[in-house]
Order: sequence, then structure tokens, then C-alpha cells
Amino acid sequence: MGFGPHLLLATLEGLVTAAVLALTALGLSLVFGVMRIVNVAHGEFFMLGAVIAWGVASMVTGNPALGFVAALVVSPLVVGAVAFLSERLVLRRLDYNPESTIVATIGLLYLIQQAALTFYGPEARPVEAPFNLRIQFPWFGYSGYKLFVIIAAIVLLTIVWVVLTRTRIGLIMRATQIDREMARAFAIPVERVYAGVFALGAMLAAIAAVLIVPIQQAHYLMGLDPLLLSFIVVIIGGLGSLRGTLVAALIIGVSDGIIAMFFSPTLAKMIATAAVALVLVFRPQGLFGTASR
Amino acid sequence: MNIGKQIILHIAVIALLAALDYVLPAYHQGVFSRIMVLAVFAMGYNLLFGYTGLLSLGHAMFFAAGLYGAGLTVYHLGWALPLAFVAGVGCAAVLALAIGLLALRTTGVAFMIVTMMFAQVLYLATLYFGQWTRGDEGIVLPQPTRLVEFAGLHFDFSNPVTRYYAALVLFAAVLLITLGIVRSRFGRVLIAIRENEDRTRMLGYNVFANKLAAVVISGAISGASGAAYALLFGYVGSTFASVQYSILPLLWVLLGGASTTLGPLLGTVLMYYLVDFSSDVLARAVPDWNFSYLGVVGIALIVLVLFFPKGIFGTIRAHWARWLP
Repeated sequence: MGFGPHLLLATLEGLVTAAVLALTALGLSLVFGVMRIVNVAHGEFFMLGAVIAWGVASMVTGNPALGFVAALVVSPLVVGAVAFLSERLVLRRLDYNPESTIVATIGLLYLIQQAALTFYGPEARPVEAPFNLRIQFPWFGYSGYKLFVIIAAIVLLTIVWVVLTRTRIGLIMRATQIDREMARAFAIPVERVYAGVFALGAMLAAIAAVLIVPIQQAHYLMGLDPLLLSFIVVIIGGLGSLRGTLVAALIIGVSDGIIAMFFSPTLAKMIATAAVALVLVFRPQGLFGTASR
Repeated sequence: MNIGKQIILHIAVIALLAALDYVLPAYHQGVFSRIMVLAVFAMGYNLLFGYTGLLSLGHAMFFAAGLYGAGLTVYHLGWALPLAFVAGVGCAAVLALAIGLLALRTTGVAFMIVTMMFAQVLYLATLYFGQWTRGDEGIVLPQPTRLVEFAGLHFDFSNPVTRYYAALVLFAAVLLITLGIVRSRFGRVLIAIRENEDRTRMLGYNVFANKLAAVVISGAISGASGAAYALLFGYVGSTFASVQYSILPLLWVLLGGASTTLGPLLGTVLMYYLVDFSSDVLARAVPDWNFSYLGVVGIALIVLVLFFPKGIFGTIRAHWARWLP
């Protein structure tokens, strides 16, 4: 296989990473943008989504597609409920103080990991892909399911985009983001918006996890990588900027795929992490963001 | 008046720890050596988080810099232990200077994320340079390299009693240094920065330089803890550079009381025994629950931040003893 086909393969793998990453990071970005808090437990919502997907899929017998569809519906709902509860029971009582919420979400991170370890166990388990299709390129065959992940992510991102920019719910969310006090003065129930956004952010992570779990196995420690990558994406894209998040997910995902194929994956992660920390230091508004209001 | 009480209290704590060596059974003697070294880490963290008000989520990198700075020089270069200890502290201080210069350009949430990411880079580096660090598996320092000859006396750090007193000496030194810093002019400037950064700047203090000094001192103390850990317990591994070791000092400090000199020790003691004890009890009560430190740490963090944000010594100070430093 020559250099060109190799590059194509790396780009495809990168696009799959980018698709999942965009969904996960969008959740983190929404929560940060609207609520102004950093959710360190975001990666654990991703993990929880994957673990629940395994649980649901293993309960449904028959065609693997049935189990997958059931997981795609149930898993985000359960994860959203967990997030909603933790927002009501913990974060609201802290009055969204940035430092306290970080400490509390770190606590949440450990609690969710323990719960997964207790009820799911330390093993890594795969979920069967809903269909088995192999698309034959002239140089190599490629999993049809991976292409489906890319398309599904594009569809989902478009839906979120439309909701945010074209509907009343999106308008209320944006109003809360821009000026909490003014939104309250216009009778927007800011607290309910916060709870909803926190749950929505977690659900996006869970959906991303259900999509990835036929490719990558579910494991109780799988949350750290998506968390760090989401941080990277959200920072490069500009904290709270949705368009930036999408562009950054594409850049990070594809370059990660290419660097990891041609060089060492650990080295790729090291360089990306250091580069991003430096972006945050020297260009806090992100590469694509505008200066904060 | 207060200074007298404060000094007596701190000397009493050190004397109590020295006396404990005679009473404690062998297992708990070992645990306390470890706790004192880790409490030094917590004190270093407290200087930055408690007194200066900067929440770092990457202090594992300073601990690990001390750990590897001391461990690798002994293992690969065969340096003498005192020299290796200095090397560890030096590595951590230089790293803290570099990180401080970069990370202090950011504030608030960005500072936490930047420190966390730099710590992650160091963690990945310990894995990447596996041929020297042996990554996850780690390096065990053989017993002959852990001997010191000083003024005609021989110290063997694999001996539990020597180890206990070595840990105590380090702990006592750092405790008194912390007390000195907190009572000094510099310490008061740090507290002023925590309370109101803009006003401190307006009063003519160089906020950046003072914060940078706090980061370097905090990093050096954390590094001293890491270096001592490597030399006393003879193990160097990349676990100590992972995120977990950035969260633990935060938890210890929160439990004992942020911005109190003795809080870090109390928090470390309580948390260590809580994790130790509860995992034993729970493992017996519900054997198939795989209970580990995760659940205990998670619950402790949430309960502390919700109901008990000042920690133990912070609450005591607020209600009963205003003079506690």
C-alpha cells in the first residue's frame, strides 16, 4: 500500500475520531458556554453512556441492530437523568461557584467510576455493531459502520445546530448565555435552563459513546481521554463558541488520526496537549473565538 | 501572644509525632512515615491553593519531578542520596518556575485547565521515555543505593525507624517553614492576593511576582515530598504523575482545612485511614462490589464541598480559636 492510500486510511480513522469528539466536546462547550462552569465529570458521562449501551444491548436478543437502537435511545436518557439529578442535588447548591463546582464534579467523576466498577466490573466489553458491511476501496476494505458513525454525527450536529439557532429553546439558551440577569428579568426560568443544559451536555456525550462502543470497547476508565480531548477541542475552538468547537474537533480528530498512524500515539498526545496548553496561555479566546464579552 | 501559642502548638505536634514512633505497631509506623511525606506534599499544595487562592489541578507534576529527579539520578547515575534529594527539589523548582511563567498568564478556570494539561504532558512523557523510567511498571531502588554516610554515622533508609525519623525531620522542617511564610510579610501579601487581587495591585504590590514566588515555593515543597518518597520507599513509577495525584492533595487540604498550617497533616491522616479502613470493611461486607478508593474519595469531595467547605481546622478557627495560623 502506497503513501496515498495510507493517508486516506488515516484520514478516515481521523474523521471517525473527529465525529465522536465533536459530539462530546459540543456537550462540554454548551455547559461551559451557558452555565460558565467546567464539568470535569463530562468524560464519565461518556463512559456511563458506553457502559449502559453494553448493558442494554446485552439484554436485547435477536438482531444486533435492535440492541443498538435500544441502546441509542435508553443510554442518553439514563445519562441525562443522572446529570439532571446531580445538577439539582449538588451543583445548584454550590451556586455555580467555579472552584466549588470543579471540586464537586471531580467527586462526581470518582463516584461514577466507582459505580461502573461495582455494577459493570473491571472488564472491557464490546457491543456488536448493528450491521456488518465492508466497503471495498481499490486498496483496502473499510468498515461500513465507521462511515455510518461519521454520517450519524453530522446529522446529529445539524439537529443541535438547528435547535440552537432556529428554535425558541435555542433562543432561551442563548439569552441565558449572554446575560443571565437580563434573561431572568424577561421571566426566563434560568435555573431550569441550567438543569436542562447540563443534562443535554451529558446526553450528547452519551450518544457519542453509544456510537463509538461497537468500535472501541466499554471500560470503566475510558472517560479520561475524551475529557482531555474535549478540553483541547473546546479551548482551541474558543470557550463557548460552537462553530469553533466543530472546526477544532475536525482539526484535532484528523491530525490525531494522521500523527498516530505515522508516528507514536503517545508522542501525538504529548504534542497536542502541550500545544493546546500554550494556546490557552497566549490566546485565551481560542484560535477561532472572539474576545469574551 | 499569638506567636507564642502558635509556636508551642506546632512544636507539640512535632513532639507528638516523634513520641508516636514508640507506641505505634509496625504497620502503623510504616503508614505514618508515608503520611508525613505525603502531608509535605499537601502543605506545598496548601500554600498555593489555601493561602494564594490558586487552584491547580496539576500538582502531580511537581511531585513527580521530585520523584524522578531523585530516583533517576540515584538509579542511573549512582548519585549519593543527599545530592539526589537536592536534584529532585531542584527539578521541581525549575519546572514550577517554567510552568508558573506560562500558567500565571491565565486566571480562574483557564489556570486549572492549563496546569492539568501540563501535568498530563509530564505523565505521558514518563510513559514515552519508558526505557529510562520503565513507565507504569516503575523502578525499584535496590537497598544498597539507599544508604547514607554522614559525619561517621550510617543511615539505612530501608530501616523503618530511620525512615520514620527522616520523614519526621522533613515534615517538621516544612511545617516550620510554612508557619514562617504565613506569618511573614510575603505570606500576608499572598493572602491579600487571594482576597482581592485588584486591590493588592492598586496598593502597589507586584501581584505577578508574588504569585510566581508562591508557585515556585509550592512546587519545590511538593518536589521535596516526591524526592523523599522515592528515596525513603524506594519506588518510582508513573502512577505518581497521574491525575489522581493532583486531586489527592486538593482533597487532603480541603478536609483538614485550606489556609491552615496543620490542616494538611490532619487531612492526610484522616483520608489515608478512611480509605484504608473503608476498603477493608467494604471488601469484607460486599466482596463482589470491587470497592476501591474511588467511591470514598468521590463521596468525600462532594460532602466536603457541599457541607463543610472550610475543613476541620478552618471550622475550628472560625468558631473557637481565632489565633490558629
